Amino acid sequence: MSAVVSVEGVAVRLGGRLVLRDVDLDVARGELVGLIGPNGAGKTTLLRTLLGLLSPMRGTVTIAGRRARAGAIPIGYVPQRHEFAWEFPISVEQVVMTGLTGKLGLLRRPGVAEWRAVDEALERVRIADLRTRPVGELSGGQRQRVAVARALAPQPAALLLDEPFTGLDMPTQDLLSELFASLAREGRAVLMTTHDIAGAIHGCDRLALLDRTIVAAGSPQRLARDAGLWMRTFGVGERSPLLRILKAAA
Amino acid sequence: MSPAEFVGDLLNPDLAFLPKALLVAVMSSIVCGVVGCYVVLRGMAFIGDAVAHAVFPGLAVAFVLGGSLVLGGVVAGVATAVLVAVFSQNRRLREDSVIGVFFVAAFALGIVVISRAPGYAGSLQQFLFGSITGIPDEDVAIVAGTGVVVLGVALLLHKELVTVSLDRETARAMGLRVFALDLVLYVLVTLAVVISVQTIGNILVLALLITPAATARLLTDRLGAMMALAPAIGGLAALVGLYVSWSWDYPTGGTIVLVLTAFFLAAWFLAPRQGLIAKRSKWD
Repeated sequence: MSAVVSVEGVAVRLGGRLVLRDVDLDVARGELVGLIGPNGAGKTTLLRTLLGLLSPMRGTVTIAGRRARAGAIPIGYVPQRHEFAWEFPISVEQVVMTGLTGKLGLLRRPGVAEWRAVDEALERVRIADLRTRPVGELSGGQRQRVAVARALAPQPAALLLDEPFTGLDMPTQDLLSELFASLAREGRAVLMTTHDIAGAIHGCDRLALLDRTIVAAGSPQRLARDAGLWMRTFGVGERSPLLRILKAAA
Repeated sequence: MSPAEFVGDLLNPDLAFLPKALLVAVMSSIVCGVVGCYVVLRGMAFIGDAVAHAVFPGLAVAFVLGGSLVLGGVVAGVATAVLVAVFSQNRRLREDSVIGVFFVAAFALGIVVISRAPGYAGSLQQFLFGSITGIPDEDVAIVAGTGVVVLGVALLLHKELVTVSLDRETARAMGLRVFALDLVLYVLVTLAVVISVQTIGNILVLALLITPAATARLLTDRLGAMMALAPAIGGLAALVGLYVSWSWDYPTGGTIVLVLTAFFLAAWFLAPRQGLIAKRSKWD
């Protein structure tokens, strides 16, 4: 499978501190990859680098064969839910339309093609019936679907999800997990950061453990069998609940 | 005074300043109503207050030198906004602290500058609290022209301003120039403030920006409706406020603000879905 997201030897320095070093990571078309690591491991920094918001001091980042640069690459981004102004008086379809603002460019108004793209994105995440509802009235799961629809509107080749399960109940997490897997099956490269290790092991095609650098990457079941790897990465002991999760998954 | 008598005064050639004041007050209220929607929705009320104060030294310099008040106010407002944006890059200080430092400094500079002008006390009072007399004819045209420019820019950049307001990180990832759009919004706020200062005054102008938009937000969950309601509320408050102030000889700026506040309180209690009375009836 060809890599849509390609990270080679990337190092990123923030505020004088080396946050990422020697990061290599590929996400292929049709693949859902879980990016896992402790707090401060550099997950969000890596996502921001992929989005072209941070410039690596070393290495290269390419998306669909083009060097990552904000606005210049076909990439969909779903930020953490608290970063979005949900109290804004705006309907679901208007929010999804904002996903096309960059593509439309200055001074151009949305036309038939743009509204068709919004329709398709809403249908794809199964919230077309909510299209005229104010986003402030939606549940957490519905809001996350709106954010995914907004990211899908420009029809990106790659989708980046920043902790999409945080604060959601288990049934909602399961539904979203199925959605993300099906979005990958349709030919997108999907990279998701998460602290939900059990969900990532069950839902992702591949996991990448990040702690300033990629310490391991591979199939969830293979990584789950190496308890020592997780204990070192997360700095936990043998009695940690994390190991019980891994044992159940392995 | 009855409304009919007020209309009679508006048409009286000896009171030519009155229709000019009404026109300027209504136009500036409409412009502030639209711009205020972005300010309220982005939680920028403090920045709006800062910009309102920051234009004062520019107005004072223009007044002392006999130059254009609009130009002076815009230069001072934008200069302060840029200073705030630059100094906010220092991570040791939060943006609100930097704003607190600069807007008070700008206001203080304005007071020092205007103290050098003859008739200091009267000029100061006029700037701080507004006045309906002495609006030159050309200022009506300047307010109208500036208002059209502000509303035009807001309309043209509406989708970008909304996208940035929803989520700055995603907006950056789309390639939007978030910092430049912030500056454009500051300039729009500055222009809206400058054209409103003459009638309502520097201290009270924040109410024209915030209260109509906040009232409209209580009445609707639709952005389009909010952006139509806010200028309508502002314009109506300017009309009613000027009528009340003229009838009972109250200060115009203060009266307009009190009318706006009455509208806000009415919406707080009576709004169809979000009002206190509607909520109470749901609980019963």
